[in-house]
Amino acid sequence: MIPSAFDYEAPATVAEALTLLADDSREVKVLAGGQSLLPVLKLRMADPELVVSLQQIDELRGVRMEDQTLVIGAMTRHADVAREPLIGAHAPLLARAAAEIADPQVRHRGTIGGAVVHADPASDMPATLCALEAQMQVVGPSGQRTVPAAEFFEDFFTTVVEEDELLTAIRVPSYDDWGIGYEKFTRVAQQWPIVSVAAMVRLEGGSIAEARVALGNMDTVPVRAAGVEAALSGAAPTQEAVAAACASAAEGTNPTEDLNGDATYRRHLATVLARRAVLAAVADAGA
Amino acid sequence: MASRTITLTVDGVSYTDDVEPRLLLVQYLREVLGKTGTLVGCDTTNCGACTVLVDGESIKSCTMLAVEADGHEVTTIEGLATDGQLHPLQKAFNECHALQCGFCTSGMIMQSVSLLAENSRPTDQEVREGLEGNLCRCTGYQNIVAAVQQAAGEGAAR
Repeated sequence: MIPSAFDYEAPATVAEALTLLADDSREVKVLAGGQSLLPVLKLRMADPELVVSLQQIDELRGVRMEDQTLVIGAMTRHADVAREPLIGAHAPLLARAAAEIADPQVRHRGTIGGAVVHADPASDMPATLCALEAQMQVVGPSGQRTVPAAEFFEDFFTTVVEEDELLTAIRVPSYDDWGIGYEKFTRVAQQWPIVSVAAMVRLEGGSIAEARVALGNMDTVPVRAAGVEAALSGAAPTQEAVAAACASAAEGTNPTEDLNGDATYRRHLATVLARRAVLAAVADAGA
Repeated sequence: MASRTITLTVDGVSYTDDVEPRLLLVQYLREVLGKTGTLVGCDTTNCGACTVLVDGESIKSCTMLAVEADGHEVTTIEGLATDGQLHPLQKAFNECHALQCGFCTSGMIMQSVSLLAENSRPTDQEVREGLEGNLCRCTGYQNIVAAVQQAAGEGAAR
């Protein structure tokens, strides 16, 4: 499969990239790691006149700590997110979910920024970043803005990032004392999750003080399971209490129906995977 | 649409070529350089038959543009043997009968090279997970895992 012909630019700075994106005379697509865009181009579901690669922009790569916040460059590859010690120490849920994306070859090429701006509802990163209450740093012609992950995803394959803007970095608070769990269900090894659940808990005095539970592929955008989180707050870290809290995981969701499963099946999966993810998080937190 | 000039190293040799931006890396390797040891299987980022190394790490060359390889070092199955001696993974795949039709083999071996570079003594489970992006439709996984372990035992990761 061969993409339609396009021009190609690989600017060295964000400023140069924004200048290229501001060109209204041509249809432009931004290329990060290409693990979603190239299949789209090959299927000719998109036929841009110009592809702007961000590969040469060093300032978009790498991970650093700023006060108690991780700042992850948008062009950081999944493989690097999975093995970066700073992320492993302060946001292990993110490292864990990154290690489960697709397969090793895709993780060597695909980037965290590319995955979230592509905004596939079945992607691993969006729900994970919602559980982590990450902040997305977006830059455009009118300057920089920061958008909470919960408001970043607008619809199926649609985010708040405008056509003349770039996601430059993802800011993730530290979760040093939290236990984590990540569960997803796939039919074959490297497939997108049919449903995924990202969970974190913090224990205090032998019970669950706080919980974060986010669901992937249960709607057109990632969903926080607010009812589960409320039920877990103050609950005993037992099988029974967690199972009872997670029974409502699918409440208020609107899962799609496709060849992998209908909505009823997905709602059932959400409750099972939520229970497993929260129990894993409880065990990880040391209960 | 304007072509671009790229300079890259493939299997230790430097090449400079004018390419269309839409040319896939796998097409560049096969059709421009004639390195047909790298195969196209599914052409949809699933099967891993087109796996090569870029700067020492495995990627699927059907899902990367040739222009993206500009300035980088690519290694294909054709660059693994040195001085006529098979790479330990090539030798192990042969000795363990880790192939039937052979279509997946170059990709399997290149992904195994990358896997052992990251984890020189993997468990069987880690080998299976490391090869999750490579499909063998003859169902030869058992012997593929055995071959990777044999090569790991012989220090293939060095």
